[in-house]
Amino acid sequence: MRVAFYPGCVSKGACPELYVSAKAIAEPLGLELEELTEAPCTGAGVLSEQNPKLADSLNGLTLAMAESKGASLMTICSTCQGVLSATNHHLKTDTERLAGVNATIGDQGYSYAGTTSVKHLLWILFEDVGLDRIRASIKRKLTGLKIAPFYGCYILRPAEYLGLRERPERKTYLEQLIGLLGAEAVEYSGSTKCCGFPMVTFNRDKSLAMGGNHILEAKDKGADLLVTPCPLCHLNLDGQQPDAARVLRKDIGVPIFHLPQLLGLAFGYSPEELRLDHHVVSTKGALGKVELKV
Amino acid sequence: MQFTIEVGRYNPDGIYAENAKPGAPYPPPWQQAPPRRYQTYTVELPEYAVVLDALIAIREYQDESLAVRCACRSAICGSCAMWINGHANLACKSKLTEFTKDGKTRVETPPSMPVIRDLVWDMKPFWEQHNKVKPWLVGKPLADPSQEYRADNSRMEELIQEVSCISCGCCLMDCESYAVNPEFLGPHALAKAFRYAGDPRDAETRERLGDYSKPGGVWDCTHCYECVAQCPKGVAPLEQILKLRRMAVDSGFTNNAGTRHADAFADSVKHSGRLNELTLMPRSTGLFNVVGQLKTLPSAFNMARAGKLPPLLHKSIPGVKRIKAIFERVGGRFK
Repeated sequence: MRVAFYPGCVSKGACPELYVSAKAIAEPLGLELEELTEAPCTGAGVLSEQNPKLADSLNGLTLAMAESKGASLMTICSTCQGVLSATNHHLKTDTERLAGVNATIGDQGYSYAGTTSVKHLLWILFEDVGLDRIRASIKRKLTGLKIAPFYGCYILRPAEYLGLRERPERKTYLEQLIGLLGAEAVEYSGSTKCCGFPMVTFNRDKSLAMGGNHILEAKDKGADLLVTPCPLCHLNLDGQQPDAARVLRKDIGVPIFHLPQLLGLAFGYSPEELRLDHHVVSTKGALGKVELKV
Repeated sequence: MQFTIEVGRYNPDGIYAENAKPGAPYPPPWQQAPPRRYQTYTVELPEYAVVLDALIAIREYQDESLAVRCACRSAICGSCAMWINGHANLACKSKLTEFTKDGKTRVETPPSMPVIRDLVWDMKPFWEQHNKVKPWLVGKPLADPSQEYRADNSRMEELIQEVSCISCGCCLMDCESYAVNPEFLGPHALAKAFRYAGDPRDAETRERLGDYSKPGGVWDCTHCYECVAQCPKGVAPLEQILKLRRMAVDSGFTNNAGTRHADAFADSVKHSGRLNELTLMPRSTGLFNVVGQLKTLPSAFNMARAGKLPPLLHKSIPGVKRIKAIFERVGGRFK
């Protein structure tokens, strides 16, 4: 399957391990990635809250780029997914808004007809690749690992933009995938909650307490690691975890995996190939449970 | 049909929001010691019954000691807001068939609120925060006091969403920011704040926007959309908070991390087409905010050591001219 690949800024910036692992797992999954190298940042909700017209135009341009390639747009970030899904919803349902965007991006040689579908890798796994192909690619079962899913807000809310009313099963894909890879999914209330990242620059301690509390809950329920389809969650949950531990005055020490890293591990890639040795919180303990070392 | 209801009962020794340490984040439910006590009941009800029907049936025919708060039974009064399977909902609006998970429905008070008894939580924090936003209209003086104030229809239509609020507390119950920061005004209060700040007849809009921009105000929202998802009336409090943020920035209340963050973000996208994470954090924190800058250093050091720092030389995307042109055309204050 050919997809217009939208890696997002963070996988090219502070989470290079996400980009590397996403590229690695594409082949066994039969995903042909055509990267949208000229597509801009989505604005991560920051630009849309200040200037909806600007955000519409930037994201409309990205949607038009994918449309011109005749492929679905694939994201690997819950935040990119949420912002692009919201714009796509508005442009598909509001002809005036679409005309406004086309007037702006028309000068740049693009026009959007409203036909692109925006899908996170997580959705593509279940809805396009299929479980049989995933099963066939598994070379190493992750038996013995207890994994807590952490979705990230923007792949879950608001439901109407993300097609969750038509496809409520999207809210359980992470749990299903963890089971499929041979591991056990940890049930806890934090899985659908906020990592705190959007306010880390405004109210640092509260933001870190928010994320830290969710990891502690998962740890309390026996999780060896958390897996997330959102690199912004990863930045707060992994990158800032030692600071969160200081704020909460608790020992945390739970590694956070990106979704493609978990898949890659099951597909037989080495931890180094997936850059699992480039995390702030050591992945050693969790990898040891499946007899791997970094 | 038979339904199984698991009810969180009051435990006088439990750690609830009201006896948590002052200033500390409220304990999440899994930290409550001793744990919350749940009592299971079985009720026989028609397929179309709602959670409140089950609770009333329990109180009337099985256990008169169960405390439940309710009045209208029609999703108008907002009295029966409670946690149903871990999320805020009105018990009178939630069908049992839709809220049965693993063979049962779990109802309890939200962990971030003080409890009076069983399913009755204390709305004191709700009203305290609500009262802080000056929730009334301060009318502009009329040239002729005998005339009525004529407001433009389109301006009033913008307020309809918020006017639908029934003050049930569902948004605050699931507010992630409030759960760790009791100083936060909360989605209910800020949605109400927009109802008055956005009213063309209001005489104190500017003062309001200044107040709402202070710590605990619009910038302490974490943008998680929980309030939008849980509101039974479609008020979408987060959307109203975002409108307040825009209004505040447009009115010149820009000396805050939120505005600096948005400016740094826009600047980076305009000039390179993508986000420059290396400069975003220091610029948002404020270049002269030494204490704030120092606080971010340990994390920056940890990330650098793990090889997770963004490239020092920030590269632009190919075709960045297009992005600059879009900013020129519709960038507003980001031009």
